[in-house]
Amino acid sequence: MKPHHGAHTSNTYIGAHIERVEDYRFLRGEGKYLDDISREGQWHAAFVRSQIAHGVIRSIDVSKALAMPGVRAVITAADIEGDIPTIPFRRPNPTIGPYAQPIIARDKVRYFGEPIAMILADSPELAEDALQGVTADIEQLPVIIDCKSAMADKSLLFDVTGSNLASIFNADKGDVDAAFAAADFIIRDQLSTQRQTALPMETRGLLAEWDAKNGKLTVSGAAKLPFFNRSTMAAMMNLPETAVDYIELDVGGGFGARGEFYPEDFLVAFGARKFDRPVKWIEDRREHLMAIGHSREASCDVELAFSKDGVMLGMRGDLFLNIGAYVRPNGMTPVRNAAQFMSGPYRMPAIHIAAYACVTNKTPAGTYRGPGRYEGNFFIERLIDQAAAGLGVDRLEIRRRNLLTHEEMPYSLATVLPSDGRADTQCDSGDYRVCFDACVQEANWAEKSKLQGKLIDGRYHGVAIGCFIEGGASGPQENARMVLEKNGDISLFAGSSGIGQGIETILAQIAADYLEIPMERITVFHGSTNLLKQGWGSYGSRATVMGGSAVIDACKKLLALFRISAAKRLGVEPDAITIAEGVARLADGRSVPLAEVASDHLEVDGSFKNQTPTYTYGSAFAHVAVDPGTGHVDVVDYVVVDDVGRIINSMTLHGQVMGAAVQGFGSVFTEELIYNDEGQLLVGSLADYLIPTASDYPVVRCVSMEQFPSPTNPLGAKGAGEGGIIPVGGVVTNAVANALSSFGVQPKTLPLTPSRVWEMIEDARVRA
Amino acid sequence: MSVRFEVNGKSVSVDVSPRTTLADCLRHELHLTGTHVGCEHGVCGACTVIVNGDAVRSCLMLAVQANGAKVTTVEGLSPEEGLSPLQTAFKTHHALQCGFCTPGMLTTIHALLSEEPNADEDRIRDVISGNLCRCTGYITIVEAAMDARASYQQSRGDKE
Repeated sequence: MKPHHGAHTSNTYIGAHIERVEDYRFLRGEGKYLDDISREGQWHAAFVRSQIAHGVIRSIDVSKALAMPGVRAVITAADIEGDIPTIPFRRPNPTIGPYAQPIIARDKVRYFGEPIAMILADSPELAEDALQGVTADIEQLPVIIDCKSAMADKSLLFDVTGSNLASIFNADKGDVDAAFAAADFIIRDQLSTQRQTALPMETRGLLAEWDAKNGKLTVSGAAKLPFFNRSTMAAMMNLPETAVDYIELDVGGGFGARGEFYPEDFLVAFGARKFDRPVKWIEDRREHLMAIGHSREASCDVELAFSKDGVMLGMRGDLFLNIGAYVRPNGMTPVRNAAQFMSGPYRMPAIHIAAYACVTNKTPAGTYRGPGRYEGNFFIERLIDQAAAGLGVDRLEIRRRNLLTHEEMPYSLATVLPSDGRADTQCDSGDYRVCFDACVQEANWAEKSKLQGKLIDGRYHGVAIGCFIEGGASGPQENARMVLEKNGDISLFAGSSGIGQGIETILAQIAADYLEIPMERITVFHGSTNLLKQGWGSYGSRATVMGGSAVIDACKKLLALFRISAAKRLGVEPDAITIAEGVARLADGRSVPLAEVASDHLEVDGSFKNQTPTYTYGSAFAHVAVDPGTGHVDVVDYVVVDDVGRIINSMTLHGQVMGAAVQGFGSVFTEELIYNDEGQLLVGSLADYLIPTASDYPVVRCVSMEQFPSPTNPLGAKGAGEGGIIPVGGVVTNAVANALSSFGVQPKTLPLTPSRVWEMIEDARVRA
Repeated sequence: MSVRFEVNGKSVSVDVSPRTTLADCLRHELHLTGTHVGCEHGVCGACTVIVNGDAVRSCLMLAVQANGAKVTTVEGLSPEEGLSPLQTAFKTHHALQCGFCTPGMLTTIHALLSEEPNADEDRIRDVISGNLCRCTGYITIVEAAMDARASYQQSRGDKE
């Protein structure tokens, strides 16, 4: 990749292929993750979780556990004074209030895995041993596991609301009835995506410490959004925000799920404060699968209206999202996103989509990379390929005709109500045909499309192409504090957080270019609430754009102070000074290097405010081969081309896109959180929840462009951490349908496990 | 129970309960926290260490079973300063993101290439298919391993 030369800097870190700063410690085994730290005298927490999916708690007997070796205490709802706190929403709306998750079950359990007690013991082993010493008498209630029975209100999870619908989001644009009345062709289908989870390799955990003398709580193991979680914890603990700190350590992956505020977070801190002891908790993998946020369980009944030549006229229908037993802090994000972003990169003049958030007796849902967008993309791309066949229009042509162009920017998507602060949004920049054409080229569609439906060496080949947009740069603000250290080096304290994406490198690159000094002189500290007064974190593909732009602001302010300090030393007006490459110079040749003004204690606070999302966009191509005998699908080739506005680090960008694409293959083929009718989660280990392995998907090709910078930020960059996964479901499934076109197979539901693919083929054979 | 074994070239003696896994012993008794625990079921491979030359899941091996063995962890693969050729290849190829699976990847690939310095791409993919990575999609890890083969071929040649 060639280095990118920004017009306003003389250095070339931005856009280049820069090896990561954080790799050194990770590669030497010197990373510090949560379970790598310990405190003298700490107790270990383990959680007793409901084995019943829906029921009334009659009694909880902890006496046996308390008598077990090394057990110090058992906390149940009875130990919480007053009302049981519920976890606040990141984006509230008028109807979801009653559905907030209590930090421990008191009267009722609503999902398999819900915490009902916390054991505190001298070691994790002893704490886990004591789990069997707690018995709960729970009177079972009828279990709701799907949206259909939820909407029929067959059994109510929340008696007080009289409904299992937490919210209905409506996405609207134009006159959809008129659009359908004028249509030449309408395609309608019912499709679904399965329940999944983000599955970071490091399970969740926290270490809470209470400083009784100073009334201060410190929580280590923060991720994603430490500042929001700090204010949440402070409010629940009835402490001032300044009395709580969240400390970020190395984080073993986030992908949307890790770092949200979970019930255990409060309980661990509660135990630390109540007993004035450090309390550490790290969950095991089975617990992780039943307790961390799930996502993606969605279905639709949607129709698209077209003119006879394949121009999209309108889209209408219903989406049903199974959000599990409670609305978690960001539980509505996938629901409203699916409604707003299903039209994706296409010009859709009329829209009415209703998205129903159904509560069920399953683990509460949250976000997973590309929340709602992956689901919506699967739905619309499946419909488009079926429409192309029905209309007799080429699959490339039907997309190209409807992709947004540069002239149409900014382009308004559907308005989503109830508003969660993001009702309206506009695609910011780009020409969506450019990536599409580049993808067609890179994939060698002209040749590859000759394989469509062909049987070669016992396998049917299929190809498909799909298009997507990715929202990034979540607002409202990010901060960065910059300090000139005594030796002339720079310490950069960022409100953004590290979740494995390489933020220490990215932010150092940006600072180095704007300060025009070597990157090695900048050290990035991030993600902890004790580093700066306020920050936001890393979610919604925001750290590069929001954090990076805050860094630029800090750089500008630091250079302004440098100018003043240098001018004083040289006895001139600041205007007389030119700053380049970390040196202040005068026309007469005199100069002051940055390090020389370190004694002036230069320190600045930078920030960047922005409520306008960025939209990375792109196209993806898949070539698959299907074995009709086993139902196994091979991804023979996969190409994704995106435009990210401006590339900061081509290597880490590539890593994000490729890693996300492979995650997407797991979504399409193997990953599924399966429940039985009693609401018991049947998936208990990584031998059941099958994420991709090294031998599964050897070919992924990524090309990133920077033709249309985002006008929303000084970098011109767009968030790019999630786009890689968004198109995978749609494009791969369309390729499978294409391969099996001679059978007339039209997959409606994911995952495409070998048995499901085999069954679809057999069913088609029986029909024929 | 008292267990004596060699870790990264140093003889150690630890007192552990019979049920303590080698992973927990390394991490909590010997403070070698580079070995990570991702599933405790022997599936994810993050805890892989090298025992008498073989890549082994330290979450499935009891510490007492290591008595008398030679154990190498990721810390033992690291030079005093800087990075080994394999570690360098990981950095060059961006074969890690969050770093959690990385120690297990390094130990697994080190054990493989020490025995089979000419392992081809399929063989490498096959061997590391027992190590889960959620970030990278594996392609860059395979590239790094392929790239690092030269240094293993070299050191093997030196010995012969």
